[in-house]
Amino acid sequence: MRRTTVPALLTCALALSSCSLVGTGDDEAADRPTGDGTTEAGGPVVLVTHDSFSLPKKLIRAFEAETGYELELRANGDAGSMTSQLVLNVDNPLGDVAFGVDNTFAGRALEAGVFAPYRGEWPAGVEEYALPGDDEGVLTPVDNGDVCVNVDTAWFDEEGLEPPQTLEDLTDPAYEDLFVTSGATTSSPGFAFLLATIAAYGDDWPSYWEDLLDNGAKVVPGWEDAYFVDFTAGGGGARPIVLSYDSSPAFTTTDDGEDTTTAALLDTCFEQVEYVGVLAGAENPAGAQAVVDWMLTPEVQAALPDSMYVFPVADGAGLPEAWAEFAPRPEQPLAVDAAEIDENRDDWLTEWQDIVSR
Amino acid sequence: MAAARATGGGSTAGRLAGLAGLAALPAVVLGIFFVLPVSGMVARGLVDDGALDLAGVLEVLGRPRTGRVLWFTVWSSAVATTVAVALGLPAAYALYRLRWPGRRVVRACLLVPFVLPTVVVGVAFRQLLGEAGPLGFLGLDGTARAILAGLVFFNVAVVIRGVGAAWESLDARPGEAAAALGASPGHVFRTVTWPQLRPAVVSSASVVFLFCATAFGVVLTLGGLRYASVETEIYLLTVQRLDLQAAAALSIVQLLAVTALLLLAARLRAVPDPTVARRSVPPRRPRRTDVVPLAVTGLLLAFVALPVAALVTGSLQPDGPDGGWSLEAYRALDGRGTAPGQGGTALVVPVTEALVTSLRTAVDATWMALLLGGLLALLLTRRSRSRTERRVRSVLDGLFMLPLGVSAVTLGFGFLITLDEPPLDLRDSPLLIPLAQALVALPLVVRTLVPVLGGVDDRLRQAAQSLGAGPVRTLVTVDLPVAWRPLLAAGGFAFAVSLGEFGATSFLARPDDPTLPVVIFRLIGRPGPLNDEMAMAASVVLAGTTALVMLLVERLRVPSVGAL
Repeated sequence: MRRTTVPALLTCALALSSCSLVGTGDDEAADRPTGDGTTEAGGPVVLVTHDSFSLPKKLIRAFEAETGYELELRANGDAGSMTSQLVLNVDNPLGDVAFGVDNTFAGRALEAGVFAPYRGEWPAGVEEYALPGDDEGVLTPVDNGDVCVNVDTAWFDEEGLEPPQTLEDLTDPAYEDLFVTSGATTSSPGFAFLLATIAAYGDDWPSYWEDLLDNGAKVVPGWEDAYFVDFTAGGGGARPIVLSYDSSPAFTTTDDGEDTTTAALLDTCFEQVEYVGVLAGAENPAGAQAVVDWMLTPEVQAALPDSMYVFPVADGAGLPEAWAEFAPRPEQPLAVDAAEIDENRDDWLTEWQDIVSR
Repeated sequence: MAAARATGGGSTAGRLAGLAGLAALPAVVLGIFFVLPVSGMVARGLVDDGALDLAGVLEVLGRPRTGRVLWFTVWSSAVATTVAVALGLPAAYALYRLRWPGRRVVRACLLVPFVLPTVVVGVAFRQLLGEAGPLGFLGLDGTARAILAGLVFFNVAVVIRGVGAAWESLDARPGEAAAALGASPGHVFRTVTWPQLRPAVVSSASVVFLFCATAFGVVLTLGGLRYASVETEIYLLTVQRLDLQAAAALSIVQLLAVTALLLLAARLRAVPDPTVARRSVPPRRPRRTDVVPLAVTGLLLAFVALPVAALVTGSLQPDGPDGGWSLEAYRALDGRGTAPGQGGTALVVPVTEALVTSLRTAVDATWMALLLGGLLALLLTRRSRSRTERRVRSVLDGLFMLPLGVSAVTLGFGFLITLDEPPLDLRDSPLLIPLAQALVALPLVVRTLVPVLGGVDDRLRQAAQSLGAGPVRTLVTVDLPVAWRPLLAAGGFAFAVSLGEFGATSFLARPDDPTLPVVIFRLIGRPGPLNDEMAMAASVVLAGTTALVMLLVERLRVPSVGAL
């Protein structure tokens, strides 16, 4: 028995080795467009992104076929982690172009000189999302979304209770023990919500947070904990008010698709904009610029909601039906200047952590 | 090979050269993929404007928050380790000394948590403990006790496996003799069994302590905001604050503490002469007196099964607890998740494709871990003939355990800032992820192989050599027949570890070619009908695959699996 087992196992091992990554080599080379007549443009262009990046493969292939560049993607954790890595590697960039730095982290990247100036053709509507304080023109807006408090309208209907409207309402005893949010130090929407309260209350924000916690607000580590575990409409939790996004109600449609069972409170929203930029010291700056332009094409803009759950910045990019119908946007989202965020981020987070863990 | 051949010679210099030959590949790999990134990261924090800034580091260590973080790390790891050992010992006894139907399956099941992605388990735990969850009345949500439960959940397997394997091969006769002379079972345990078992217990406990002290996902998802361990603090300082000085200071503390712990453990472990042949004692039927260990095992199984059961039910109820049962989430696994509207998707690749990527990555990680671990184990078990040689071996032994105790964040960032220039521009190499995972699995492989190879009588090798066999021939004829089962078992461990590895992979994964844990994480982070149920279904598939691998490992019946 032992005599046959060893050879059999060795055979298995050999068979397995053929399905390892090493065995595959670079068979993608065959798919690559080879010199399809477009000028001298070409070669690999490395796009650094956060790990939520996602676009249809078809679009990426079309980009490669049209421009002659090969797009290589490199993920680097979440937006914060990616920005930190870009800053750390400023003298030896991780790639040619970076997508996913948002307005809560942009100041840090700008100050460190991570990006090189580039401004292509901006379709109508993009300008209004330009980063305040970006005087050299290094960042191009690609998408935006708002972090907003969401309510389970079905739950409130059933209870015969009027849902809250404003940040102030959340400290009203009528809504005691009903709100769950994710933490500012552990999640990016959580940090955006802290910024929303800072935008609304200025220097008084700590006392607002004390009131919020006194009223039984629950703080959990991540968005997924808050939404899928504690929110009544997410996974059968116990709290009908949750921190999420303005697009979230488009995901809670009824079975017939006629209505949605949740709503975003449009007076509580903090706007997040994601940018793309050419990295300073890029090996393939021409390719990097082509990627920046590509992100603003109608095809990519239209693919954003479905692929990355965010709104396009270009006018007329078109939205999925459910989004257009059930995800109204705030007219005046709360905002804090990127430079101010950068200056105070540490102090705010430290103070917030003190309040929450008191 | 020339260097290895010198091992046959008698001179100390020759033997040391042989040592160096065997150590070369693992040392180079460790140097490039561990020492270089970590020291690069630490250096960034220590050097300020071109000058060494130790005052800054001391300032960080003096902060009250640093003190709190250190204290929480130490006590939570100590308590979790104690609980894991207290529950693991009786379970190891019941699972390895007693014979009852289904024990192999139970063993395999208890090993599964060790390799599950922490994010998923975190959500499953919170689903149980949250206000509306079935265990919500316990009020554990967001407490330190939840973190402790999570740490025990993940690590009790280490104790069961490590101690169980040692217990299995323990000679029962001295104990029986003592009992025949009138010693009570407690007395037998204290005076006969425990001294023989102690090395394995100490060794498992120190590994569990290491895992607890460096657990990242568990602390972040279960305790959340009130509690921070050194590991989560390094993450926060690096990612959110970009305070590299503070992160470096904590990394240094962590490294020193881990080194101290390894030294202490090595001393306490004091392995008895490894060449003493170990006997495999056939397990016996349970007696009435065995009811306590069996009960503890049952309790443990329930404890481990609860979050897994929450995952399974979640994956089978796509419309929530009131919506009935369906396999919809499993059928959707060949798709890419959903977004309403224009038929959008949550993922770049179908979940099934990610599973294939995971399996392929795991194959690579496995052979790498086996190659490196095999070389190291050979190196560590060749008989030392001089004090220098022994010292060199023990230093090497400790060195390769160090990766267990270093923050994944430090390592991940370190990879990116140090391996970025030719000839070491490896940031895009497809081998980077398997290599990182192989390093994570390496201590497990080494600890599985060392006791077995150590048990081979060196005289057999000498005999083979004196009959004219070269080093390779000696290896094949003397070592391989003994070592092939443990080698396969170690391969199984490495494979399972690689399947579930998330920390390093999330840093290094290519977005268009993600592994299964990465895909699960993405699904659970996105709203959309069926996405979280798909994440749970994918987790069940992952857990099932892992359990299968573990069951195969169990079937190999590796006689003694040393420290792990």
